[in-house]
Amino acid sequence: MRLALTPSQTAGPFLAIGLPWADGPSVVPEGTPGAIAIEGTVRDGAGAPVPDALIETWQAAPDGSFPGDPGAPRPSGFRGFGRCLTDSKGRFRVITLRPGVIAGPDGGIQAPHVDVSVFARGLLDRLVTRIYLSDEPAANQTDPVLRSIADPDRRGTLIAVARDGRPGEFRFDIRLQGERETVFFDV
Amino acid sequence: MTAASTGQRLPGYDRPPAGVHPPLDYPEYRSTILRAPRQPLLPLPHGLTEVTGPLLGEGRVEPGDADLTTRHAGEPIGERIIVTGRVLESGGRPVPATLIEIWQANAAGRYRLDVDSHPAPLDPNFDGAGRCLTDAEGRFRFVTIKPGPYPWGNHHNAWRPAHIHFSVLGRAFAQRLVTAMFFPGDPLFAQDPVFNSVPAAARDRLICRLDLGLTEPDWALGYAWDIVLRGPAATVFEPGEEPR
Repeated sequence: MRLALTPSQTAGPFLAIGLPWADGPSVVPEGTPGAIAIEGTVRDGAGAPVPDALIETWQAAPDGSFPGDPGAPRPSGFRGFGRCLTDSKGRFRVITLRPGVIAGPDGGIQAPHVDVSVFARGLLDRLVTRIYLSDEPAANQTDPVLRSIADPDRRGTLIAVARDGRPGEFRFDIRLQGERETVFFDV
Repeated sequence: MTAASTGQRLPGYDRPPAGVHPPLDYPEYRSTILRAPRQPLLPLPHGLTEVTGPLLGEGRVEPGDADLTTRHAGEPIGERIIVTGRVLESGGRPVPATLIEIWQANAAGRYRLDVDSHPAPLDPNFDGAGRCLTDAEGRFRFVTIKPGPYPWGNHHNAWRPAHIHFSVLGRAFAQRLVTAMFFPGDPLFAQDPVFNSVPAAARDRLICRLDLGLTEPDWALGYAWDIVLRGPAATVFEPGEEPR
């Protein structure tokens, strides 16, 4: 017998009471050697910033292990999980380590990626997307999820772009709806 | 050797059947109009990133975090209640040591946040946020104040039925759930588009149950509510060799 699943509800406009953590945006402590920053803006279908969203991230460590893997070498302080409230201009910023290459569900290889959940007023269920990194072109070329998206413009919405002259800084904007709408997944 | 390095096939999680979750595009709830994606969601096969999840808790939860009535010198005004239940997978297995976070309005229907403009009083003794870790049987227990209903701008004379927001991490990214718990017999259900965005047959799963057995006599009424997350897709496992 299967138990009936609990339905989702929106996190609503008051999620800032219950969900943010002071250290949420730091998947590793700031200043950790090799840390990267991923930042961006969440926008709605009118192009307006979304100032009441929460972004969560989950990813492998640089060696491809996940926190909690039995025997996985755990980089000091690496939580794998990040959480950031957007600010009044819809911006978020997460400090983390580069995700590693991991096996795919069908035995292939997946390019380094970060899974993302978006919660906000007006979202009756979380939205799920993925962050890939623009400076991993070879791995991205063979990634099964990216390859499954035929339209290069849509595929491009999943690529965080390395910022010129700012090593370790990436930009990843999230457009909930409309022009250049981010690819969201049914997970 | 980790699963990542061997490339072993992992069981994915059950896909929720139709009729459980609300549609993203639900214009009766006006905030969806500019926020729901227009493109169809693409199916994401479950790989390691989706079947693993953060193991948080120790250090994340402090003693007393599950009692929202004892955070200040004085007691909050309102109807003291106990809300308890279990987090389970659809196959019946409990989800232990998972983080639950709740937030809610006070007894007057006011949230402690600047963006809440409802002219109802704040309660200096009530913040409206709590957290706990489920125990080995997946059980959680909060002591709080019954939240009040409150007006909002969705449509003329719109009121939200009393509810408590619940966030559950689960053991895998695929299980992550944010939902809300409502109270039995609320006369505001019929006009609430957020509650009614859930397919009709699944709505009662958001409503807790008054349980006199959970009540603490002369102290607080007890409400029971279980949360069911999707479980690993049906696969045969060796005894003692369960998926994470």
